[in-house]
Amino acid sequence: MNLTMMYNLFIRDFRKQKKRITLTLVALAWGTMSIMLLLAFGEGLHRQMALNQRGLGNNIAVMWGGQTTKAFKGLGKGRPIRFQAEDPEYIAARIPEIKQIAGEYSRWGVKVQYKDQIVNEHITGIYPNFEDMRFHIPQMGGRMINQIDMEHRRRVAFLGWDLSERLFGEEDPIGKQILVNSTPFIVIGVMAEKMQMNSYEGMDENLLAMPSTTFKAIFGDPWLDDIVYQPHDPKDMPIIEKKLYEVLGAKYKFDPADDRTLQIWDVVSSQEEFTNIMIGIKMFLGIIGSLTLLIAGVGVANIMYVSIKERTREIGIKMAVGAKKKLILSQFLTEALMITFTGGAIGMTISYLLTEGFKRLPLSPDAADVVDFMGRPTVSFEIGFVVIAILGLMGLFSGLFPAMRAASVNPVESLRYE
Amino acid sequence: MTETIIDMRNVRKAYKTGKVTFEALKGIDCQVKRGEFVGVVGPSGSGKSTLMNIMGCLDVPTSGEYKLEGKMVNSMTANQLADIRNRKVGFVFQAFNLLPYATAFENVEVPLLFAKVSGRKRRERVIELLTRVGLADKLGNRPTEMSGGEMQRVAIARALANEPDIILADEPTGNLDSKSGMAIVKLFDELHASGKTILIITHDANIAAHGERVIRIKDGLIETNGDLR
Ligand SMILES: Nc1ncnc2c1ncn2[C@@H]1O[C@H](COP(=O)(O)OP(=O)(O)O)[C@@H](O)[C@H]1O
Ligand SMILES: [Mg+2]
Repeated sequence: MNLTMMYNLFIRDFRKQKKRITLTLVALAWGTMSIMLLLAFGEGLHRQMALNQRGLGNNIAVMWGGQTTKAFKGLGKGRPIRFQAEDPEYIAARIPEIKQIAGEYSRWGVKVQYKDQIVNEHITGIYPNFEDMRFHIPQMGGRMINQIDMEHRRRVAFLGWDLSERLFGEEDPIGKQILVNSTPFIVIGVMAEKMQMNSYEGMDENLLAMPSTTFKAIFGDPWLDDIVYQPHDPKDMPIIEKKLYEVLGAKYKFDPADDRTLQIWDVVSSQEEFTNIMIGIKMFLGIIGSLTLLIAGVGVANIMYVSIKERTREIGIKMAVGAKKKLILSQFLTEALMITFTGGAIGMTISYLLTEGFKRLPLSPDAADVVDFMGRPTVSFEIGFVVIAILGLMGLFSGLFPAMRAASVNPVESLRYE
Repeated sequence: MTETIIDMRNVRKAYKTGKVTFEALKGIDCQVKRGEFVGVVGPSGSGKSTLMNIMGCLDVPTSGEYKLEGKMVNSMTANQLADIRNRKVGFVFQAFNLLPYATAFENVEVPLLFAKVSGRKRRERVIELLTRVGLADKLGNRPTEMSGGEMQRVAIARALANEPDIILADEPTGNLDSKSGMAIVKLFDELHASGKTILIITHDANIAAHGERVIRIKDGLIETNGDLR
């Protein structure tokens, strides 16, 4: 069917029922907006939470030692497994799927002092690669712990931004001397602020990190508290896990099938779970929106029925000059779809403008906190596609039955009466 | 010998309204030859319109045989019947039956759209037809902006759109004053002269007399069927 034909057969028929069509368009636009904005809210939430999820680390896993639950090679069960300082290198040499690895020391309630400010804090002994693996990114003017600090066991400290503020207030902490457990340290950097959704040894905003070599020299801990690693490919997480049991099982003499010997938190796969939850939330929001749209769909079906009733004579005339049933059917179906998509387009445009406008809105600090957590409603390509598909489906359904009624008009009957 | 274009044998039509069945046609035998001009007369309610609707394939007989140009209509599909209405017959009704919101041009264009005639040809054809019925200056007028006679001429132009062989007119002058009525009859005379087969239902003996033959219907049966002269 060409455009003139469309125009001749459909569009000019609209002129007769402007008011009813306008009302239905408003309902459709409203329904579309509700589904679109709900989905946009879900999308914004998802993006923000995904961003916050990454606050902990960049596709990492964290491993702790556990306890044996099976006797192995003459050794009894209930034996604790602990990691030694050289274990990260030992593992890296044997598992090529691992891209980066680091051991971490950790200690709670350590006295940290700057002038007369004293706090009890959580301190860690870490590797330089925490900058990439754990997003220990320094603010301007400072730096993270580096390899030379490690080699010389330098007494340098990298502070969480909140701890830094508590100790120094407005003062610039870089280069200042602090006391950690009465040992003097120089502050070399402060961590850039980040959203962190999950943690294992306290929140990064409050920590004091030093080179792991320095930590061991001062505190003398014989064991690492945990090991953090990052694969080349996140899909390799399960293989790495299996190999870790084998490699460490051989070293510490435990059964690789004894899964209580190691505790591994694979942040990547818990992110997958999180993604599934988010999909669930988005579907829920989508369904709520669809219900609102459904009401508009009933409106479309209703105006189609009324208009067909008023236009039976016109349908009869068209049939008398040779219109086939199929054509009448497609006319009314097209009309329903056109009404649906016009209303939908209005709703989509408004939703888009609203979400874009909200993104550019300057926010008060309180509102900004909410946005840091909830994200900003975002209209994505997928949302547009889903909404168009729902509109199309609804237009088809709300048009189909009225259109079938139209196609079954008996031309003789419809022309008999004035 | 001219070809028989309409051939009806014992055609019956019954209408069911609830439990009551009403037989509007009770066994019609009727032949029309190509190029004939036939007047159809009879009292109101006698079945004239029913007969014409069946002839024009707008309706189907309950029983009996109907051949149009030698082809059995009884066994045709709805789509085939629609094609016949589009190309082989043109209807003219008492009530004009124009699309109320469409212009004269658009009304005449409708059967051409259904016949999938291309845009430029369609335009030429519509203008040619409306010129032929004397409405070259009213292309953009809607039915409300035209007189009864003009509306009926638009309807005739529409009936002629796809050059049908047969024109079926159901009391075409019934809603017109006698002057406009005569202008319409004159148009039918011209169409007849150009070779169209014409059946015209009318109450007006003068108009029936334009035909070469008059079929008189009463109570669903043909009462007389004969040459006027
Ligand atoms: N669709 C219909 N349902 C029921 N009765 C009908 C229908 N169409 C016509 N009739 C009846 O059939 C008879 C013939 O009608 P019609 O062919 O319109 O007569 P005419 O055109 O000669 O006035 C009338 O009595 C009319 O009431
Ligand atoms: Mg009649």
